[in-house]
Amino acid sequence: MAAVQETIDQVKAIDVDQYKYGFVTDIESELAPKGLNEDIVAYISAKKDEPEWMLNWRLEAFRRWKTMEEPTWARVDYPKIDFEDLHYYAAPKKREGPKSLDEVDPEILDTYKKLGIPLSEQEILAGVAPENRVAVDAVFDSVSVATTFKEELAKAGVIFCPISEAIREHPELVQKYLGSVVPVSDNFYATLNSAVFSDGSFVYIPPGVRCPMELSTYFRINEPNTGQFERTLIIADKGSYVSYLEGCTAPQRDENQLHAAVVELVALEDAQIKYSTVQNWYPGDADGKGGIYNFVTKRGDCREKNSKISWTQVETGSAITWKYPSCILRGDNSQGEFYSIAISNGHQQIDSGTKMIHLGKNTSSRIISKGISAGVSQNTYRGQVSAHRKASNARNFTQCDSLLIGDKCGAHTVPYIESKNSTAVFEHEATTSKISDDQMFYCQARGLDDEEAVALIVNGFVRDVIQQLPMEFAVEAQKLISISLEGSVG
Amino acid sequence: MLEIKNLHAEVDGNKILRGIDLVVRPGEIHAIMGPNGSGKSTLSYVLAGKDDYEITEGTITYNGVDWSEMSAHERAAAGMFLAFQYPIEIPGVATMTFLKTALNAQRKARGEDEISTPDFMKLVREKSKALNVTPEMLRRPLNVGFSGGEKKRAEILQMSLLEPTLCVLDETDSGLDIDALRVVSEGVNQLRSPDRSMIVITHYQRLLDHIVPDVVHVLSKGKIVKTGGKELALELEKNGYAEYVDEEAA
Ligand SMILES: Nc1ncnc2c1ncn2[C@@H]1O[C@H](COP(=O)(O)OP(=O)(O)OP(=O)(O)O)[C@@H](O)[C@H]1O
Ligand SMILES: [Mg+2]
Repeated sequence: MAAVQETIDQVKAIDVDQYKYGFVTDIESELAPKGLNEDIVAYISAKKDEPEWMLNWRLEAFRRWKTMEEPTWARVDYPKIDFEDLHYYAAPKKREGPKSLDEVDPEILDTYKKLGIPLSEQEILAGVAPENRVAVDAVFDSVSVATTFKEELAKAGVIFCPISEAIREHPELVQKYLGSVVPVSDNFYATLNSAVFSDGSFVYIPPGVRCPMELSTYFRINEPNTGQFERTLIIADKGSYVSYLEGCTAPQRDENQLHAAVVELVALEDAQIKYSTVQNWYPGDADGKGGIYNFVTKRGDCREKNSKISWTQVETGSAITWKYPSCILRGDNSQGEFYSIAISNGHQQIDSGTKMIHLGKNTSSRIISKGISAGVSQNTYRGQVSAHRKASNARNFTQCDSLLIGDKCGAHTVPYIESKNSTAVFEHEATTSKISDDQMFYCQARGLDDEEAVALIVNGFVRDVIQQLPMEFAVEAQKLISISLEGSVG
Repeated sequence: MLEIKNLHAEVDGNKILRGIDLVVRPGEIHAIMGPNGSGKSTLSYVLAGKDDYEITEGTITYNGVDWSEMSAHERAAAGMFLAFQYPIEIPGVATMTFLKTALNAQRKARGEDEISTPDFMKLVREKSKALNVTPEMLRRPLNVGFSGGEKKRAEILQMSLLEPTLCVLDETDSGLDIDALRVVSEGVNQLRSPDRSMIVITHYQRLLDHIVPDVVHVLSKGKIVKTGGKELALELEKNGYAEYVDEEAA
């Protein structure tokens, strides 16, 4: 134990807050009054210039939400959230949804620059080969502030825009698909999101189109006491392909902030969606003060045959994470994948996992989960794999590995497996390990200091998942893993 | 120059080293032989700076610097290298990645720049070829599923890349087939230089035919009980340790 204990002590001694995205942007905002009622819902809808059907959809969700209770089954512990003490809408003042980059407040552009996300197309073009370009939609508090490469994508027939814009300009698509994967009444947070979501991204890939670049959304919470409720809807029409990346950061604040997003993916026949997330919301300080409460519903529907949806996530931030990106394998021969790295440090609590619901014939799914716990954190993998009566030849492989650093943290695995079809074959493997003193010493004897040794061993532990990430993201993720273990262990 | 004076060390309260005196000058190779459990590996761990191996008496100085307060990675940067008797598996970390990380960590500690990727690749290709380490092995996670001999060759590859000035080889010959023994010995001999000190721990005279030592020590029950020239190893091979072990007990 000695080497590892020493690592922990050393890391503890370092100034704990290494969260480098913790700055606040000083900008005037337009805020909805605190609290939630039908007027606020109508206010948000009016701000977005929404058609009546959308307002009605929201109101229905709101009425539904009033009858629901906060779920308590997850292994997370936090003081009751006062939903009346939040702002449900915050927007950078002056303009309502800028039309071009020139209209975006320079302070905000600056914020994204600091985060390492250039929004100007020229800047992006300057440094990258064409095939490595990434189109970005940046969401700042409740509003999408800039979407890049729109024209070029439009040429390919791809729609990539803020969802508020899609509601106005592509109502037929939104009406057809919104809520078709995560129904309005799905769960407490999803229903709340349905009532008050302010912005998010919308993607439509037409039949047979391979999206010419990676699409990406960066979410940034800036305003205090504000909930962020984004809504993302991605539709891959027959035979299309898209890879989508999502990144998140927030300032360092003493109060907890609520983030309750909903992501819906729809893959039609032969289509493929790859969705990658690097979630790095502010995790709170060394004493567990502050941080984001992240209650997210993400679900993909392999609606037609031969479709495929892959979720890859790197979760390092948030005080509390409640998140289960799932796949409904409805189409015959459809495939679902879930690759996850979840790192909890300090006082963080993570309850995350996936659901693979096999409905169609010959459907297969694969789950690789790597949980790393350090400090006094709690890290739970919760996974459900089920086969419907008609899901003949359903296959699942689950590998669920936990790594503990120190002896004050916890790792938990909660698998639910349910098969109503005798031809289904589900395999589940789970391991729990510690970084051994011998491994630490071996690395140290080669010249690595304690932190370098931990980072190397952990990066080895998560390698299977890192390999699933798009190149540039993989490098970022590896750095992020090192930083998050550096800063808040102990 | 390595100077060990009256070194006593214990692990978990067990006294294992009981007063070792040893001086190894630059350019010298010292062999340490001795029965199982006599403390050879313990000495190598104490030299490398493993936690839990506590020096209760005596000193270790290297090039005039007292090593008692220096951690393992600092000693590595100062030139220490231990080829492990039982190399440790690092799952998921490609051997190549490990080598680069180690090399750069040491360069950083010495205030040097990181090695460029092309330079590194060239270096690794050159060194691994000499040791019969295949590119395929370099892609595999370090030591995971390596055969006993492959592990030992990977250790020597690390040594030749890191170019330490104080090399401790703990039973590097065990588990090697005849050809591998020759290849590894050649690798070690290549590193033989007037600036480098080596301590070679072994049970077999055979290795010392290839790596010819200047001095041979016999370690028994945590003490050096006999020191001689290379002919001492031959004698031990013939007569075993009984004489020295008994002598010590008497
Ligand atoms: N952690 C420990 N706790 C108690 N005893 C230990 C511990 N580590 C080593 N020892 C004991 O110390 C003694 C010396 O061990 P060491 O590994 O140094 O021997 P060695 O000379 O290298 O033997 P071999 O030739 O078998 O490799 C042995 O009796 C061993 O059991
Ligand atoms: Mg030994």
